Amino acid sequence: MSTSLPRVARIGGVCEESNQVRTIVLDLDLEAEPGQFVMTWLPGLDEKPFSLVRAAPVTLTIARVGPFSSAVHGLVPGDSLWVRGPLGRPFTLPAMRPAGSGSRILLIGGGYGVAPLYFLADRALALGWVVHMVIGARTASDVVFADRFTALGAGVFLTTDDGSLGQRGVATDAVEHLLDSDPYQALYACGPEPMLDAVERLARQRGLPAQLSYERYMRCGFGVCGSCAQRGWLVCRDGPVRHLGDDA
Amino acid sequence: MVDLSVTLCGVHLPTPFILASGILGTEAELMARVARAGAGAVTAKSCGPQPRAGHPNPTVVAWEHGLLNAVGLANPGVEAEVEELARTQAYLRPLGVALVASIFAGTVEDFARVAARVVDAQPDLIEVNISCPNVHDDLGTPFAADASSAAKVTAAVKEAVADRAPILVKLSPNVADIAAIARAVEDAGADGITAINTLTGMIIDVHARLPILANRTGGMSGPAIRPLAVRCVYEIYRAVRIPIVGTGGVSSGHDAIEMVMAGASAVGVGSSVYHDGPEIFGRLCSEMEALMVELDCESVADLQAAAHRGLGHRVPA
Repeated sequence: MSTSLPRVARIGGVCEESNQVRTIVLDLDLEAEPGQFVMTWLPGLDEKPFSLVRAAPVTLTIARVGPFSSAVHGLVPGDSLWVRGPLGRPFTLPAMRPAGSGSRILLIGGGYGVAPLYFLADRALALGWVVHMVIGARTASDVVFADRFTALGAGVFLTTDDGSLGQRGVATDAVEHLLDSDPYQALYACGPEPMLDAVERLARQRGLPAQLSYERYMRCGFGVCGSCAQRGWLVCRDGPVRHLGDDA
Repeated sequence: MVDLSVTLCGVHLPTPFILASGILGTEAELMARVARAGAGAVTAKSCGPQPRAGHPNPTVVAWEHGLLNAVGLANPGVEAEVEELARTQAYLRPLGVALVASIFAGTVEDFARVAARVVDAQPDLIEVNISCPNVHDDLGTPFAADASSAAKVTAAVKEAVADRAPILVKLSPNVADIAAIARAVEDAGADGITAINTLTGMIIDVHARLPILANRTGGMSGPAIRPLAVRCVYEIYRAVRIPIVGTGGVSSGHDAIEMVMAGASAVGVGSSVYHDGPEIFGRLCSEMEALMVELDCESVADLQAAAHRGLGHRVPA
């Protein structure tokens, strides 16, 4: 039987993305695909799912939202952190091979939902896709990864609810504008569910394939306990990436 | 033509496979998915008198030979569960798949109260979970550990349900003589027995120097416990007349037939969902059909308790 047990790793590096968000790099390489996640364990505290930003070495971007993420933020290089995985269904790039500037895909990240999309953008750019990345956040200080996407070679478009950085409005406003001006082969999104719902509506209206990454409270992470089910769909096993068109 | 249907406590099941409690039983649509995949019945997650958050994570891990879990009976409480069960029945009835409600409580009185309420959702069967190994701290020693406690719960639930649904009592393997407990619950009025619940185990992470599960101990399930489950079912079959749902490590049609030959009338399936997902039930059905053809056997009942009879070879004189 294949195992799903925590593996110990040490923290190699820590990078502050904003006052709420940190990226940690572990001294562990996994074979994983963009969109997959790991269950991250601190003994005696808790175990929580986080999407992979990179698999080799394992890189996680974690927002401070509660006791567990605060404890992870307190870790320094050399400290131990345990990971179980990779788990879940990944993003997949369009089956066609990219050919020239017409081979565009559009990625949409809300808040720290940018994390798994970074892994996808890296993979897609390496394969020759043109990647446009929309990052939406409440305010300028919540925008993370914009420079990283630019450094990878993605075209970055920013929106903030208060207009403090980029275009004022929500991410999907920018998405509509981009879809009006350029053809895209597929949409990929990760972020708050209202944003995912809006991306889904746009994709359906325009007949575009879309893949949406969801977040839920999880226990087993491998489709047995049913804790993360939403209307018969297991976020941990059938997802976390939902491929629009696979369901009714 | 092979017929996979069975009758359990008077309830018709289109296939002998029952989704075991605690696996995927959290939501109506998920149970419907399991039913469509080929289960003959599905068991909802155990519910108790009050909502429970369950234990902190880690709660479920997979090791080389099975799963270890201590979810801690997380559930929304019987009031919310009654609604979910009713929603589930609306999906299952048209499919002809039976619904098993599962209940637990910390006292005999609460067992009766939860049973009386859960029956309002019109489940086809009620499973009485007196054997969860993971809730010692707040619910005390499982009732299944002792024949007279097990009998008291059984009698109280039976009275509360008043023949509106047959009751299955789920037994623990963490006892010296499971057949004696089985006899006690039969005498107390149980309509059937589910055997077995999980076996208490522990996995320690050597780097953390701590048990991995937050609850420290957990219930072992999966392939590692199958021979133990088969032995328990075999012993219970010899001790009682009521039907048995044989549960523990079944992950193939072959394993299911083994369980039936030990004496089971139906077969619980839980941890093997880990490998195949909810759609495992389709594979189990086709594998069981194929092996029944090979064994020249048309109905599941023909195989039942076969291991108690053998082939009846005559010893040459």
